[in-house]
Amino acid sequence: MPKDGIGASVKRKEDYRFITGQGAYTDDIDRPGQAWAVFVRSPHAHARIASVDTGAAAAMPGVVKILTGADYAADGLGGLPCGWQVTGKDGPMVEPPHPPLAADRVRHVGDQVAVVIANSAAEARDAAEAVAVEYEPLAAAASIDAALSPGAPQVHDEAPGNLCYDWELGDKADVDGAFAGAHHVTRIELVNNRLVPNAMEPRAAVAEYDRATREYTLYTTSQNPHVIRLLMGAFVLQLPEHRLRVVAPDVGGGFGSKIFHYAEEAILTWAAGKVARPIKWTAERAESFVTDAHGRDHVTVAELALDADGRFLGLKVDTKANMGAYLSTFAPCVPTYLYATLLAGQYTTPKIWCGVQAVFTHTVPVDAYRGAGRPEATFVVERIVETAAHEMGIDPAELRRRNFVPSDAFPYQTPVALVYDSGDYEGTLAAALADADYDGFAARRAEAESRGKLRGIGLSAYIEACGIAPSAVVGSLGARAGLYECGEVRVHPTGSVTFFTGTHSHGQGHETTFAQIIAERLGVDIDAVEVVHGDTSKIPFGMGTYGSRSLAVGGSALARALDKVETKAKRIAAHLMEASEADIEFADGQFTVAGTDRSVGFGDVALTAYVPHNYPIEELEPGLDETAYYDPANFTFPAGCHVCEVEIDPDTGAVEIVNFAASDDFGNVINPMIVEGQVHGGIVQGVGQALLEGCVYGDDGQLATGSYMDYTMPRADDVPSFTVSTRTTPCPHNPLGAKGCGEAGAIAAPAAVMNAVHDALGSRGVSRIDMPATPARVWQALNA
Amino acid sequence: MPTVNMNVNGEAVSGEVEARTLLVQFLREQLRLTGTHVGCDTSQCGACVVHVNGVSAKSCTMLAVQCEGADVTTIEGLADGDTLHPMQEAFRDNHGLQCGFCTPGMIMSALDLANRNSAPSEQQVRDWLEGNICRCTGYHNIVKSIMAGARAMAAGQGG
Repeated sequence: MPKDGIGASVKRKEDYRFITGQGAYTDDIDRPGQAWAVFVRSPHAHARIASVDTGAAAAMPGVVKILTGADYAADGLGGLPCGWQVTGKDGPMVEPPHPPLAADRVRHVGDQVAVVIANSAAEARDAAEAVAVEYEPLAAAASIDAALSPGAPQVHDEAPGNLCYDWELGDKADVDGAFAGAHHVTRIELVNNRLVPNAMEPRAAVAEYDRATREYTLYTTSQNPHVIRLLMGAFVLQLPEHRLRVVAPDVGGGFGSKIFHYAEEAILTWAAGKVARPIKWTAERAESFVTDAHGRDHVTVAELALDADGRFLGLKVDTKANMGAYLSTFAPCVPTYLYATLLAGQYTTPKIWCGVQAVFTHTVPVDAYRGAGRPEATFVVERIVETAAHEMGIDPAELRRRNFVPSDAFPYQTPVALVYDSGDYEGTLAAALADADYDGFAARRAEAESRGKLRGIGLSAYIEACGIAPSAVVGSLGARAGLYECGEVRVHPTGSVTFFTGTHSHGQGHETTFAQIIAERLGVDIDAVEVVHGDTSKIPFGMGTYGSRSLAVGGSALARALDKVETKAKRIAAHLMEASEADIEFADGQFTVAGTDRSVGFGDVALTAYVPHNYPIEELEPGLDETAYYDPANFTFPAGCHVCEVEIDPDTGAVEIVNFAASDDFGNVINPMIVEGQVHGGIVQGVGQALLEGCVYGDDGQLATGSYMDYTMPRADDVPSFTVSTRTTPCPHNPLGAKGCGEAGAIAAPAAVMNAVHDALGSRGVSRIDMPATPARVWQALNA
Repeated sequence: MPTVNMNVNGEAVSGEVEARTLLVQFLREQLRLTGTHVGCDTSQCGACVVHVNGVSAKSCTMLAVQCEGADVTTIEGLADGDTLHPMQEAFRDNHGLQCGFCTPGMIMSALDLANRNSAPSEQQVRDWLEGNICRCTGYHNIVKSIMAGARAMAAGQGG
C-alpha cells in the first residue's frame, strides 16, 4: 500500500489554500463590470401585496434595475420546483406554486418581493430601503398547532386546513394487535426543535450572461451544481443545459442547507440576462436566518409495547411535521421516507406504524438538515427505549441488547421497508460503554451528588440510511430524480491524474479522500492526483453531496471508473510486453506478466495511450480517460452507539457535558483523521440541538431568534473534547465497502444528551424536558 | 470621500473610502484580500478577525478610517513565502479545519492568544474562542491545533 493510500490519515490536500487565505468562495469572486443585488423582503409573515412602488428607488444613485414579482410573472417563467412527490392516504401531496418573487401575497418573513440592482452593494442597499411596498397584513399561522387549529389562517388556497399530506407507513390495526398483548406500554410526547443550519459561509451568488455565446454562468454556494442547473434551467428559467453553466466553487459548509434551489439563484440569473452585466448577491446573516431552509420541527407522540422480558412488540409513532410556507426542493421526503423507514432503529421490533401529517405554516420552508429525518427518527426511538428501560427497571444498555438485530441476521428486513446490509450493534455498544466507563458511572454520580450536582448518563444506539440512493427505489417513492453518481478519471500522458466528480466537497475533504483511492489503485503519488468538483462545464454530470453519499456512491463511481482504466491499461501493457492480456497483473503501479520479471510502469502505459506508436490501434482507441456512473444497489446503514454523561447544577439549571464517547461503524474508512473530524462536528451540531439551539417564532410569525445574538450557536466552551472510535463491518454491496460518516454525530447525539439530562433529572421527579434543555428550562423543570 | 492610509501585511496602502466603509470591506473589496471573511452581521462569528497593531480585532467592527496609520495583518500576511507560520501548520497537521471559512479568523485569533500565553490549557483555548464560531469541526481539532501551534511558536522562539 502506498503511504498515502486507503486507511492512512493523510493531511488534507485542500488545506493549503484555506490556511493561507487563498480559498475562493462565491463572495470572493468579482466579475468585470459587476453590479450588486439586494432583495426587498417581506417584514410580514402573511400579507397581501397591495402595491409595489419602485419610482423613488429607481431614481437613486447607482441604481441599474429594479425587478418585481409582476415583472417575473410577465415573463411567463416558472416557479421553484419540488423534487419529491409524496403520496398520502388521500392522494398526492398538495403542491402549491412557489414564485421566486412574490407578486400578490407573501407567506413568511423574508419572502422576496423585489430585487434592486445597483453599481455597488451600498447603493443597492440604500435603494432597496426606498422601494415602497404597501402590504395588507393578514393573520398568520406560525406553528404546527396554530396551522392545524380550526379556522386557522390558510397558507395556500390549494391546501385546505394547511395540510400538505397525511401519510402513513405500516398497518395500524396490525400494530394495535401487538399492543393488545403487551406487558408494558411506554408513551412519550416530544418536540424535535426547529433548527437553522447556519453554515458559516452565508449563501451567495454571482450570475452573468455572455451575449456572444448566449451562455449564462451562475456561481453559487451549492452542494450540487448539476441539480441546480437542471432545476433552474428546465423548470424555472427554461434555459437549456448547454447554455447554462453552474459553478459551486469553495463552499463554506452546507449541512443540507445548500442542496436546495433557491429563489435568489434564479432571480440573479434572470436579471443578469436583462441587464447584460454580472450581478452579485451575498446574504447578510440576518437574511440567511429568514431564507435558508430550516431543519427538523416535528411534534410527535410515540408508544412502545414490550413483553415482560422487555422485548419490543410494537411501535406506534404519530408525527406532525412543519413544511414552512412553501415546499423546498426535497422537503416532502424528509419526514416520510427518511424518517418513518428508520423507526426500527437497531432493533427487531416486529410491528411498526407511523403516521405523518405535513403542515404548511407562515414560516421559512423546512427541508433536509444534517441527518434529515434520521435524527428525528433516532430521537423518537432512543428516547422511548431509554424511557422504557427506566420504567421497567432494566438497565438501558441491557434492554437494547435484548432487542438488537443480531450480527448474524444480515441482510435484515425491517417491518418499515428497509433491508439493513451489515452491522454489529453489540460491538459498537460495548466499545462505547467501555470508552465511557459505563460501569464506573454509579461512583461518579455519587461523587457529584456529594458536591450538590446532578449527574446523568445517556445512550443513543442509532442507525441511518445513507449512500442515497438506488434510483429505482426512490423513484417508486416519489423522487423526481435519479440518485446515482458520476466520476471521470482522466489519466494524462505523463501519468498524472485528474478526477472529476459529481459530488461536491464543502468541508468533507474529498480532494484528499478520492486522491487516496486513486493513489492506492493506480500506484501513483498522491501529489500527482487532482480532484475537480463543482463545475458543470468540467464534470460530466453529478447529483452532489448530501445524505452521506459522496464516498459510498461517488467513491463507488470512482472505483468503477478506475476498473475501466485498469482494464484498458492492461490491454496496452499486454501489447507492450507482447503477452496475453489475461496474464497481466497490476500492483503498486506496475503491470507484470504473471510468473515473469517482465513489467512496465503505469506512467509508460499512460504515455503509450496518448502516443500510440506501438499500439493495438485496430482494436483499441488511444487515450486513457474513463467515466463511470454508479447507481447503488441499496442504501448503506452506518450505525453505532454514542454515550453522553452530563452534570447539572440544580441552582442554575446549567448542563455541562462532562464526557462523550462514540463508537461508529461506517464500513471501510479511507482517511480516519477526516472521519473523526466529521464525527466531532456532527456531535456538536447534535449537542447544539439538545442544549442550545432552537428557532422561536412569535404567534405573529416573527422570528425572534434571527441572529447570533439570539440563536445560540455552540461555541468552543460549550463542549468538551470527545472520545471517538470506529468498528468496521464493510458494506457488502458497494465496491469500497464504505457506508458514509457525515451525519452520524448529528443523528446520534441529541438522544444521547437528552437521555443523560433525563437520567440526571429523574431523581428530582422531572419526566419531560424538551430540546433545547437550556438552563432556564432545566431550572424551571426543577422548580416547578 | 476620505482617504485612508495604513500598512497591510507590511505594505503601505491607501484608498478612498466612504466614512461608513468597514475595515473588512476595505480589505476584501478594495485590496482584494479575500482571505478575511464575513460570516455574520452582529460581530459574533469571528470569521473576520485580523490583527490591528499586533492585536486581534474583528474587522467588521472597525471602520476603515479608524485604522489610519495602523499596522494591519491579515491571514495572507502570515506565511513567509512558501513557509507557513507554525499556527497555520498546526491547523493542517491537526485537521483543525473543514470548510475553511472560519479558519482565517480562527488562526488570527489563535495567534493573539499564543502571543499572550505560550502554553494555553484546553480550557484557556476554549474560553479564548468565545468570539469565534465554527460549524464544521466541533472545535475538538481546533483546540488541539491551537495548543500545538502555541507550543510550536514557543519552541521556535526558544530555538
